[in-house]
Amino acid sequence: MKDEKFQIKLNVQIGESLDNLKTETYSVDVDKKMVVLDAVHELQATQLPELAVRWNCKAGKCGSCSAEVNGKPKLMCMSKLSDYNLKEPISIRPMKTFPLIKDLVTDVSWNYEVNKRIKPYNHPNSSEYITMQQIDVDRVQEFRKCIECFLCQNVCHILRDHDLKDKFVGPRFLLRLASLNMHPLDTENRLGDIKDEFGLGYCNITKCCTEVCPEIIPITDEAIIPLKERVVDEFYDPIKWFLRKLFPKK
Amino acid sequence: MTDLQEEIKKMEKYDADVLVVGAGGAGLRAAIEASNANTKVIVVTKSLLGKAHTVMAEGGAAAALGMKDERDNWKVHFRDTMRGGKLHGNWKMAEIHAKQAPQRILELEKWGAVFDRTTDGKINQRNFGGHKYPRLAHVGDRTGLEMIRALQDHVVHEDNVEVLMETTITHLIKKENRVIGAVGYRRDSGNLVLVRAKAIILGTGGIGKAYKITSNSWEYTGDGHSLAFNVGADIIDMEFVQFHPTGMVYPSSVKGILVTEGVRGEGGILRNSEGERFMFRYIPKMFEGEYATTEEEAKRWLADNNSGRRPPELLTRDVVAKAILSEVKAGRGSTHGGAYLDIASQRSPEYIKQKLPSMYHQFKTLAGLDITKEPMEVGPTTHYIMGGIRVHPETQSTTVSGLYAAGEVSAGLHGANRLGGNSLSDLLVFGALAGEHARNYSNTISKYEEIDNSILEPIVNELLEPFKGEKTENPYLLHRELQHIMGDFVGIIRNEKDLTDGIEQINKLIEKSKSAGAKQGRKYNPSWHQALDLKSMLITSLLLAHAALARKESRGGHTRDDFPETNKELTQILYVLQKDENDGIKIHEEKMEDLPDELHQIIQGGDN
Repeated sequence: MKDEKFQIKLNVQIGESLDNLKTETYSVDVDKKMVVLDAVHELQATQLPELAVRWNCKAGKCGSCSAEVNGKPKLMCMSKLSDYNLKEPISIRPMKTFPLIKDLVTDVSWNYEVNKRIKPYNHPNSSEYITMQQIDVDRVQEFRKCIECFLCQNVCHILRDHDLKDKFVGPRFLLRLASLNMHPLDTENRLGDIKDEFGLGYCNITKCCTEVCPEIIPITDEAIIPLKERVVDEFYDPIKWFLRKLFPKK
Repeated sequence: MTDLQEEIKKMEKYDADVLVVGAGGAGLRAAIEASNANTKVIVVTKSLLGKAHTVMAEGGAAAALGMKDERDNWKVHFRDTMRGGKLHGNWKMAEIHAKQAPQRILELEKWGAVFDRTTDGKINQRNFGGHKYPRLAHVGDRTGLEMIRALQDHVVHEDNVEVLMETTITHLIKKENRVIGAVGYRRDSGNLVLVRAKAIILGTGGIGKAYKITSNSWEYTGDGHSLAFNVGADIIDMEFVQFHPTGMVYPSSVKGILVTEGVRGEGGILRNSEGERFMFRYIPKMFEGEYATTEEEAKRWLADNNSGRRPPELLTRDVVAKAILSEVKAGRGSTHGGAYLDIASQRSPEYIKQKLPSMYHQFKTLAGLDITKEPMEVGPTTHYIMGGIRVHPETQSTTVSGLYAAGEVSAGLHGANRLGGNSLSDLLVFGALAGEHARNYSNTISKYEEIDNSILEPIVNELLEPFKGEKTENPYLLHRELQHIMGDFVGIIRNEKDLTDGIEQINKLIEKSKSAGAKQGRKYNPSWHQALDLKSMLITSLLLAHAALARKESRGGHTRDDFPETNKELTQILYVLQKDENDGIKIHEEKMEDLPDELHQIIQGGDN
């Protein structure tokens, strides 16, 4: 059984540098069960072989094909054509927050640099096997569902509009820090880094990151806000402050 | 200076004691093991870090930890692996794998991986096809993601590891019988890259993109297979391709995408269009007596994993895939030509969403189907190649000095059919071994070899060939042609005529693809990448077809309708593929080493 083919229009942003960008309109043969990435691939195979697009699994598992589809940050492989008004052209642009490489592909290497600065998981020293209960890792596992599509980084206005990449690590890495912080066995303390180096205070909880997460991770409510509470407890608790004054750390 | 010399001068140049090609589970685990204060490692990956194909693995990693069921131990795992591989696997690798997998999993936990837990707080293990006991350490149905993230976060903190993302290696360079370097290109800049290396580990994964219906991503173009073949390494077992029984069959745009075996591991059952649970009719002789023969018995097993035998849906993948094909052929297929996979009637919606969250999400989004309410439609999809580069079972060295291989690109462990879950543990066990031995080897090499222009000129010329004006064939369409040839002539069910025709057609396509052209511009230009990837796919496809023609029997992932039976005489026969003097393929038979008695007894024995 074959699905019927018909034509749609794609408005695709083409170009390598900000001063030569153009948006071109292309007609592409599709069927109604296709996703946006299928349409982009069809365009590439039949009309625009050099079109740069990053993708891998085409099953929503790797987080490579992030783009802005009709202005919304999406994984192209999980965006069904049937969810769009196909009488109008679908607009496809690269993520805005990261430097453009070419066409739909951006340079996301900054994210990988940030990850290197996060102290890794530190397992307790023990010759015995240490057990963990499922209920104690549920939260951590939910955070670890992140596929690093960086759509949350893309919409975060601290990064997108204010470009504070040198001061703020963005929701993806606050989530990573939360997954380490809430790991029942991890022995590393990163709260100081979270407050200072990683710029937790810049987040003003607009929840844009949560809205675009394709894995539906409650980034703001379950990761960022609890981190903020922990930082407040640690650094802004008046009793703790007083004790620190009395017994300063060496 | 000629243009070529100019290009060579502009190449990005690196030195690495150990070069690792591929950043999936095998590559990353190898890099971690290989690097130390004195050993500089470079990892090259075609994609971004953390996106390699391992990320798509769903069900789990098999290791006889005995945490869910204390009866499990390495001997049972060894036996299951050998029998699953239809006794064609390399017994030494199967032994090492079964013995070392548990420590590799526990180590991953110490690096921060968070596996699902048992009620007493240990690592939970799941049932899977061909495994006698619940053995797969898992995280819902996203185990690969968990593994790759744990490895990725570990590797970025290794001081002596450098990762070159979005970089493809296209050529290995050999001096006498030793590899001394590699050439490739960066996607982002289009720059050419030269890496001088003392040892090289290939962890490049599989070949699935040669087929149209596949669970594999674009990266799976057989790069490592062709790199190794081109420098004269032995390639074995290429006829054994795993067609996973449960890929999505509908809608057409997602045809082939994997539906985890975990669905059946968690209780999912297969029915045909008549509503019959047909797998009871397909229990092969080899497994008689080990699987439930009635629905009632299967149900009892599902309740407690103990009373009653395992349901036949958990037979090995080759068996289930062929059963589905037979049902479709007999006119009992599902609406879109597959079988119905039903978990909705077996488990509660909450259980399904907890254990199979990404399957729930995948069907909801891509097929508009709620798997907690309705059955899925599934059919076979190209998933994995058991064959590949021949390696020494204890060191992962190939037949070329300094060249190592681990993971899917290597051959041996899985024999004629891989058990689900044995791939993720394979990556860890043999990735670590490859890393260790490649490092040791690199320490014996005192200096990097000079690679002069006379070697580089033809390579650079070949890399830039697609840009020449007279190259007019569209590489994407050539790729589609190859996929059709492989599906039609070298597919699941094979015979001499099809394979002979297939080889002829691939050879024709190789000629045609010499005119594969790219649009101008080196920066992130997929038409260029596709033209180059095509070369690897074509060589690999040809190797596969030749091996399939040579093996005149049916066994595991290799099915011949002109030789439908398994031939005992061929159990230990390997078809070894090598490059001949004219750059063609030569093939010869070899007999594998006999199994030692004590291992033979483990395989023969019932319970251990």
